[in-house]
Amino acid sequence: MDVTLALSPATAARAQPKPAPRRALPWGRFGVQALSVLACVLLWHVASTRHLDLGVVTFANVPSPADVLDAAWQLARSPKLLPHLASSLARVGLGFALAALAGIVLGLAIGRLRWARSSLLPPLEVLRPIPAVAWIPLAILMFPSSEGSMVFITFVGALFPVLLGTIHGVEEMDPRLIAAARSLGTQGWRLFTEVVLPSAAPGIVTGLSIGMGTCWFCLVTAEMIAGQYGIGYYTWESYTVQNYPSIVVGMLVIGALGMGSSALIRWAGRRLMPWQRPQGSHA
Amino acid sequence: MTAAANHPHGGRIDIDRVRIELGAGASRFKVLDEVSVQVEPGELVCLLGPSGCGKSTLLGALAGHLRPSAGQLRLDGQAIDGPDPQRGLVFQQHTLFPWKTVLDNVAHGLKMKGVPRAERERAAKAMIAEVGLAGFERRHPFELSGGMQQRVEIARVLVNRPRVLLMDEPFGALDALTRSRMQELLLELWTGLRTTVLFVTHDIDEALFLADRVLVLGPRPGRIVEELRVDFERPRRAALLTEPGFVALKRRCLELLHHGLGAGPALERLTPLGPPPVRPEWRFAV
Repeated sequence: MDVTLALSPATAARAQPKPAPRRALPWGRFGVQALSVLACVLLWHVASTRHLDLGVVTFANVPSPADVLDAAWQLARSPKLLPHLASSLARVGLGFALAALAGIVLGLAIGRLRWARSSLLPPLEVLRPIPAVAWIPLAILMFPSSEGSMVFITFVGALFPVLLGTIHGVEEMDPRLIAAARSLGTQGWRLFTEVVLPSAAPGIVTGLSIGMGTCWFCLVTAEMIAGQYGIGYYTWESYTVQNYPSIVVGMLVIGALGMGSSALIRWAGRRLMPWQRPQGSHA
Repeated sequence: MTAAANHPHGGRIDIDRVRIELGAGASRFKVLDEVSVQVEPGELVCLLGPSGCGKSTLLGALAGHLRPSAGQLRLDGQAIDGPDPQRGLVFQQHTLFPWKTVLDNVAHGLKMKGVPRAERERAAKAMIAEVGLAGFERRHPFELSGGMQQRVEIARVLVNRPRVLLMDEPFGALDALTRSRMQELLLELWTGLRTTVLFVTHDIDEALFLADRVLVLGPRPGRIVEELRVDFERPRRAALLTEPGFVALKRRCLELLHHGLGAGPALERLTPLGPPPVRPEWRFAV
């Protein structure tokens, strides 16, 4: 590139994007990690097959890993798997989408506009300490359909992390960026779309990924009480019909779904924010 | 009227007995008092003064980010009211949008004006080439060195063809070599565009090297203590810094700054945006 030649070698070298120091996971460390997981499964196996009873906690009714594997295989072949997964994903998807929309819009307004802060923040501050799970009875009374109440619970669960992340992102913004944008002729709503929103993006993504976690937590609880399909319902139903291995299968599926969706958010965040270097990311 | 005839786009600055106060309540203090300056269209004027004397504050008021509590600021006879792309502001530390590429950063002002994409990108590319960064259009600001970031910052302001260019110690954070390159670049750009430049610095060499006129400011409340004409031939090169005439002027500036400082304490640096914003009263407890 002839352009770099025109500049001094030092500046040209600094201009090169720094390669992310992404070392391959050494086999030694990978081995230790795999071994520790295996050891846990082994302990579980021993405790459950020997019906270990420690007084305070008993493994007498805990299914063994082999039973769980068998139950998982049965669920995988069962026609009910798809409706269970589909209804859980749909509820989380809808509740999370609504929470993301409301949280980001409210968060941008509260973070930037004085009147929005003084009028919206007090009621939200009162509602925030109430755990989403505590809303379940009232939600069942408020929504004619149990679907509506479950979506509402996931919405409440995800709303506050997203809202807080967005407010935090806006407050962390460099005020000089706003001044520079205004000096360049940026006004009104374009100040939000061109400057405030992208500035707050790292905070928003952090809020979204925490919100996704609480979303699953709330959904599973809500399904146990009000659902007819869904992974949470499946887990609870397995308990009531004394199909104990399926409980563990349900738990593992919930864990995998929660982990997967949070990873998806972080991945999307990295894709959408290529300027955000790892060390510059919010905790 | 010859100056105005040479500058159909204008660029005359009138600062008329301006007073600026910052802070609230008991901590409110006078930063500038009774400051009057006139800058002709196309002139390059440096404001030279110690840290905290209010030169950046004056620049912030001209940019429209601060409001004087007395006096008037006018650009080509029109009172200054809020920020405007006609008055481009360059900060000491770059304020590029980190999420935008160099091209999108430079094209931002034209986008806000409603210029179609193809046209604004062509104009932005030409401007990027003029500041010597052709080939870096698709990079993000964090991939550039400090000097390159300031080049983009200047290009982003100049692409709007401002009537005045307000620069707040734009090269203050750069190393000496890069700084002298940037000074030469600025003079080159200015020679081509002939836009009015008001340049704030606390570096005597920089002020004398760049300016047609140097205004020396004394500390708080800031006021102009001396006006120096700098008539060195243009184009100027770095060798000028060691010429006897230059050194004599530099000695004069040093005397003025020392005299002006007196026995007063050192002051904290002010910004063109005034004091930091008051923390909001309602907060989520974390």
